[in-house]
Amino acid sequence: MSHNTLLVFEVTILVLAIFLGFEVISKVPTLLHTPLMSGTNAIHGIVVVGAMLVLGLNHKGPFLWIIGFLAVVLGSANVVGGFVVTDRMLEMFKKREPPKKGE
Amino acid sequence: MTVNAGNLIYLVTIVTFILALRFLSNPATARRGNQIGAVGMLVAIVVTWIKTGGTSWWELALGMAIGGGFGAYAARKVKMTAMPQMVALFNGVGGGAAALIALGELHRLLPEPGKPSLDILVAIALSGLIGAISFAGSMIAFAKLQELIKGRPITYPGQKAANLALLGACVALGVVLAAGVQDQWLLWAVVAGGAVFGVLFVLPIGGADMPVVISLLNAFTGLAVAVGGFELENNVLIVSGMLVGASGTLLTMMMGRAMNRSIANVLFGAFGQVAEGAALAAGTDGGTVRSASAEDVAVMLAYAHKVVFVPGYGLAVAQAQHDVRQLADLLESKGVEVSYAIHPVAGRMPGHMNVLLAEANVPYPQLKEMDDANPEFSRTDVALVVGANDVVNPDARNNHGSPIYGMPILNVDDAQAVVVLKRSMNPGFAGIENPLFYNPKTVMLFGDAKQSIGKLIQDVKTL
Repeated sequence: MSHNTLLVFEVTILVLAIFLGFEVISKVPTLLHTPLMSGTNAIHGIVVVGAMLVLGLNHKGPFLWIIGFLAVVLGSANVVGGFVVTDRMLEMFKKREPPKKGE
Repeated sequence: MTVNAGNLIYLVTIVTFILALRFLSNPATARRGNQIGAVGMLVAIVVTWIKTGGTSWWELALGMAIGGGFGAYAARKVKMTAMPQMVALFNGVGGGAAALIALGELHRLLPEPGKPSLDILVAIALSGLIGAISFAGSMIAFAKLQELIKGRPITYPGQKAANLALLGACVALGVVLAAGVQDQWLLWAVVAGGAVFGVLFVLPIGGADMPVVISLLNAFTGLAVAVGGFELENNVLIVSGMLVGASGTLLTMMMGRAMNRSIANVLFGAFGQVAEGAALAAGTDGGTVRSASAEDVAVMLAYAHKVVFVPGYGLAVAQAQHDVRQLADLLESKGVEVSYAIHPVAGRMPGHMNVLLAEANVPYPQLKEMDDANPEFSRTDVALVVGANDVVNPDARNNHGSPIYGMPILNVDDAQAVVVLKRSMNPGFAGIENPLFYNPKTVMLFGDAKQSIGKLIQDVKTL
């Protein structure tokens, strides 16, 4: 596939993703907006994939190594922190606890 | 692994992310959705690991251990009240990673003359700029929310013009880079300028407007990641980044609507300043404030049919969520119908109050959104306002001179009686007078929210 054809496809999925994003997010109740924010935060942690490619695919000296390594550290903090904190929050949303004594 | 095989497996990841967001539409399925998303992320990481051919496995492992370890530790330790700054921090590091990737990609591509095509260069300049703005802006938002720096708006003359000029200069440098002057220092200048812009852009925004800023920065990071996908010709970055970009944009717009302010006004208005001048205009007609004892309020609550709690950020500051739930349970055991009315901007980020109450084991069906809560107030006996102020201020409905005029509020004054728990008569966060306190239906219970509710629990028990 020529470079330009690829670019057109990329722009197409970008635009479709915008509409899909609006569609899916508008169904999330205000009740869950904080977990939504931290959940989408975790999703943009996918940037770690790009960071891994920079660090892992290039062997052109120390500059790329340092940049790539830093990016991997930041990206992994984003991914792990985002998913863990979202899970912690969502775990707390319960319908009705069985009544606890002595609380 | 071929590029195509890799991108096909990335498609699996994309689907899990979409499912994760879909499952978030219901609290019962939301947690499973997040876990599905996490599995999808793991798939993407493993595929990428294989793609890199395993030649630099220990660097990858070390970097991920450091970053992941920090992320996991911080995410486990953080208090639910500190959630906004946690989200800001994780958001910032994502933006920083996107900016670094842009710098790395340009460095890799440049030695071979004429190789990077125009679209790749545009993508590199854009993700460098947006990523840097998001990184620096998020760090300032974090510092403000963590109270490392002053939360109040910081302004100086010519601020907007200076910020615009800086942003314009960054864009111009990016254009020069893309137009063919392929010098890495140009990108460094763009990234550095973006970082300075991020700082200057968030500094003047007051603490009360942070929910809007955080969701906007979330959108920025998403956008930077999506553009990064163009650099690396990677489908999963494009789609996931843009999903987040769309989500952040939509949330930002919803927040603006909930405060009846345009996004431009939030970002450039430095709200605190406006409010101070207008505070006096909102007259209180010399009404008197009625103060009540805990015993009186306890009687009102215990003999009510329906009580609605209206929590604000003051409740979280006083750490009184658990006490409120105890009081609610006690009232329910006496046959009172209890629910909570939550304003969309209660707390320091969208939906924050719901999380704080869920942490205190309040069952989520009792948490009512504004549109569901408002029609209920007319058949409510007592509305108990705990640490909320502006979101129940009737001036937002009737007083054209009020800075919050037009903001949708919780109509607690429709209830038979209103009880306001408040530390003192000092005006709230935005410094605006509240006529609700002078309403004949209203009684004030002064004191620390946690102690007041403790007293109420005692007194209701003895009834």
